[in-house]
Amino acid sequence: MKIDHFYKASSIEDAYEVLTKNSKNAIIAGGAWMRLSSKEIDTAIDLSELGMDKVVVEDDFIIIGAMTTLHSVESNQDILQLGNGILSQAIHKIMGITIRNLATIGGSVIGKYGFSDILTPLLVLDTTLEFYRKGKISLEEFLDSKDKEPDILINILLKKQNTKGYFYKMKKNSLDFAVVNVAVSNTNGDYKIAVGARPSITHLAKEAMHFMNQQKVISDVVILEAVEIAMNEYKFGSNSRASEEYRKQIAAVYVQRGLNEVTR
Amino acid sequence: MKIKVKVNGYHKTFDVNPDEYLLDTLRANEYLSVKKGCDNSSCGVCTVLFDGKPVPSCSLLSMKADGHEITTVEGIQKDAERLSEYFGEEGADQCGYCNPSMALTVFALKKEIKDPTDEQIKDYLVGNLCRCTGYQSQHIAIKKYLGDDQL
Repeated sequence: MKIDHFYKASSIEDAYEVLTKNSKNAIIAGGAWMRLSSKEIDTAIDLSELGMDKVVVEDDFIIIGAMTTLHSVESNQDILQLGNGILSQAIHKIMGITIRNLATIGGSVIGKYGFSDILTPLLVLDTTLEFYRKGKISLEEFLDSKDKEPDILINILLKKQNTKGYFYKMKKNSLDFAVVNVAVSNTNGDYKIAVGARPSITHLAKEAMHFMNQQKVISDVVILEAVEIAMNEYKFGSNSRASEEYRKQIAAVYVQRGLNEVTR
Repeated sequence: MKIKVKVNGYHKTFDVNPDEYLLDTLRANEYLSVKKGCDNSSCGVCTVLFDGKPVPSCSLLSMKADGHEITTVEGIQKDAERLSEYFGEEGADQCGYCNPSMALTVFALKKEIKDPTDEQIKDYLVGNLCRCTGYQSQHIAIKKYLGDDQL
């Protein structure tokens, strides 16, 4: 990545003003994955000094500042308690502690990376994103959106609720991206299923979720049918890590295990 | 562009480019214990402490270090020497290329987790690769260091 100028923003308003001055200006978060990009930036805008690196717990929400490092998120006691701690588990499996001390939750979300292990659990945890201009939108809406208008992610909001969660990341070694990742949740009978790193970006298996949410009794047969519906909803692909067929087989097993786990 | 940092307790001013990474800045200023490896956050040999926390200097823009505190292995000399002795006793190093980064990460582990379990030690060091030893002898040496009451 080539950067011509570096600017430390003094406020969000200031950052937005600089961001919108030139289409080649960009916000930089932790910068952990910048080396992987060949993008050319005129002015890199740094938000480090704006105090956006904190986790605040309110009555109904856990509010994570976009510049909070992944390690700070994974270590937070309230996040560890939410949905069986699936967000913490997912982050903990990302490479080593050093990169997790650098990478931020905001950078991990805004990049919409197909390999992301963070978006998958966030999707099943009823996550809302707060932007400077757009305001609050659901993570699901953000992932589906093709909106390219410049904006700044301020906070990631997790709804505090009694959720049973499950997360599994299949990877070949500790430092690798996932072959596939799976998250499942059950919030008072409302099921959510997400499969990511297929290798395309994660999304919810809505038909399978709808099927599960209609059932009065969750039996093994029901779960197997839900898994089949989910696998038909997803498009899997092949790359150097795994073939399409392999990913589909693996994802089916872990969605089944996840549904079993959150139904107990 | 100028940045002001504190390296191993000393105030320094470095002249850097906007897209320069801290690893290159430090090495250009003779902090040669900070090693260059994969250059993409995977191997861990470029680890430094950034405000006390281990980070890969190959992926931290030097501009983001402005106003912050950097520690290389020279900044934890007493601990590094003690760890080095344990490594020697256990035959835990060969080429030594990863030792400075390993020492810094183990030092940070000691500060962050009191009495870590075997699993926590392995987890914490997962990003610090060693191509020589196979890790078992290092693990034993690190446990001895962590249990050293004289540090």
